[in-house]
Amino acid sequence: MTALLDVQGISKSFGGVRAVHGLSFAVGAGEILGVIGPNGAGKSTLFNLINGVFAPDEGRVVFRGSDITGEIPYRVARAGMARTHQIVQPLERMTVLENCTVGACFGRENLGLSRAREAAREAAVFVGLGDRLDLPAAQLTIAGKKRLELARALSARPMLLLLDEVLAGLNPTEVEHMIGIIRRIREGGVTIIMIEHLMQAIMSLSDRIVVLNSGQKLTEGAPADVARDPAVIEAYLGDPALAAKLHAGA
Amino acid sequence: MRADPLGAPQLATGVVLFRRPFFWIIAAVIAVFIAAPLWGNDVQLRESLLLATVYITLASNLNIMLGYAGYVNFGSIVFFGLGGYICVYLMSAQAWPLAAATLVAGIAVSVLAYVFGIGILRLRGPFFALSTIGVNEAVKAFVSTFEPWGGSAGLYLSSELFQPLGGPRQALWVIYFLLVAVMGCSLYLSYGIKVSKFGLGLFAIGQNEDAASVLGVPTRRYKALAYSVSAFLPALAGALYFFKSAFIQPSDAFDLSLSTEAMVIAMLGGQGTVTGVAVGAYFYEELRGWLLTSETFSNFQLVIAGTLLLVIVLFLPGGLMGWLYERWPRLKRVLE
Repeated sequence: MTALLDVQGISKSFGGVRAVHGLSFAVGAGEILGVIGPNGAGKSTLFNLINGVFAPDEGRVVFRGSDITGEIPYRVARAGMARTHQIVQPLERMTVLENCTVGACFGRENLGLSRAREAAREAAVFVGLGDRLDLPAAQLTIAGKKRLELARALSARPMLLLLDEVLAGLNPTEVEHMIGIIRRIREGGVTIIMIEHLMQAIMSLSDRIVVLNSGQKLTEGAPADVARDPAVIEAYLGDPALAAKLHAGA
Repeated sequence: MRADPLGAPQLATGVVLFRRPFFWIIAAVIAVFIAAPLWGNDVQLRESLLLATVYITLASNLNIMLGYAGYVNFGSIVFFGLGGYICVYLMSAQAWPLAAATLVAGIAVSVLAYVFGIGILRLRGPFFALSTIGVNEAVKAFVSTFEPWGGSAGLYLSSELFQPLGGPRQALWVIYFLLVAVMGCSLYLSYGIKVSKFGLGLFAIGQNEDAASVLGVPTRRYKALAYSVSAFLPALAGALYFFKSAFIQPSDAFDLSLSTEAMVIAMLGGQGTVTGVAVGAYFYEELRGWLLTSETFSNFQLVIAGTLLLVIVLFLPGGLMGWLYERWPRLKRVLE
């Protein structure tokens, strides 16, 4: 199976800080890949490198067989990759429907306005914003804005979806709802890479997990294996002794 | 237009514009501009409305950058001035006919704007705003020393050039109608862009440029295109306006205060709206005409403009239309 996305040894430094260093991994079509790691591990930077917000200093990003390294974000979007932002970025004075229409118009299918509106409405209803289509995005609650991020990305009908902490800041009911939505997106044939801090959620959703620490890949594997890995526990807890103790206990 | 199962309003595509009420509202405005001065051959009214067409053209096109894409262009007058210079030069030195000189002026200024745009649109916010003043001042300085264009003394047109239009008296009417046409095109252009995919992309850029880019909006091309498109009709207006005066000099052609007035108009009417900007331009022109006759102050309209701008920014950021929409949200369905 050829990978939908192949990240080959990418690095990025900001000043003297190496945010991502020599990172490689691949995602197959239809997969959900989880990316976890402590704060500052370089997870969001990784997304920014993949979709072209930053160009990597080294390495290549290959998407659907073509090299998109350092490509401008809008070309990456057109190629079929959509993302959500950890810090929500609504087009505030535009309505929910208009926000999603932008995604549909300029996404993979490059739709005309009226068909884009249909795709946008479909996506908004799908994430549960069907009753707020004409509300300005600024008036949504934080949970609503998270859903809008997702709806906007889905409107583009992407092949690959990058989800940056869509569950953060949601209450347990909303988390439950969102997990259901993510499952249904995957059932629809969309490949997903998700960054998440909610361990229970990401462990149950992901087929595979990549663990980052200080910009490097610590380990990669099935959720259950990763959860048992002492190095992962240590990275999260920062204390080898405690990690060993927990590991022995588990 | 497709049948819409949920019955929600659809964004129009170019083909169906004429089915919407707003299309006919613009048509009615144009008809009034044509008919009003003709009624009773009112030359004074014609001159006042002629200035209104210039203001509406400048403000509507500025609005494409300012109100849609969210880029503050303080130097929009450079398009008007350059259009005027190119036209007057082609007519006086190269003996071109008015129509050809005007069109070439418009196209040349649009192309120049695209090239400038690619360069300065890398800047954002206040840096972009400052650079637009820079462009205007640089062009002004260049023209002031450019001998073929008469340097700081400017260029004159011989009154014989009015002959092909049927003599000076009739020529003034012809110019007026041409300016009304330019104004009409400006309004339709603003409207057409607003309800198009291009417009949606520009509004997205205006709200959050980084998010727009991630969503797939080709931000660089769209911004440069908007800058270039918004240069074309002001250049035509400049060509016609300076042909009418039969004289052009740098201080008139590149007058920053006219740029500022266009900005006040767009803010006063409601940036991002088509109606507001046109209504704002009309009222501002009337106010200006009234103030200009004041004996105590010269150029007192600029004091008023400055005060107005402060009041709008502080208390009415949505301008006239923002205020109206708040009271009667239904207006949004008819007026753009």
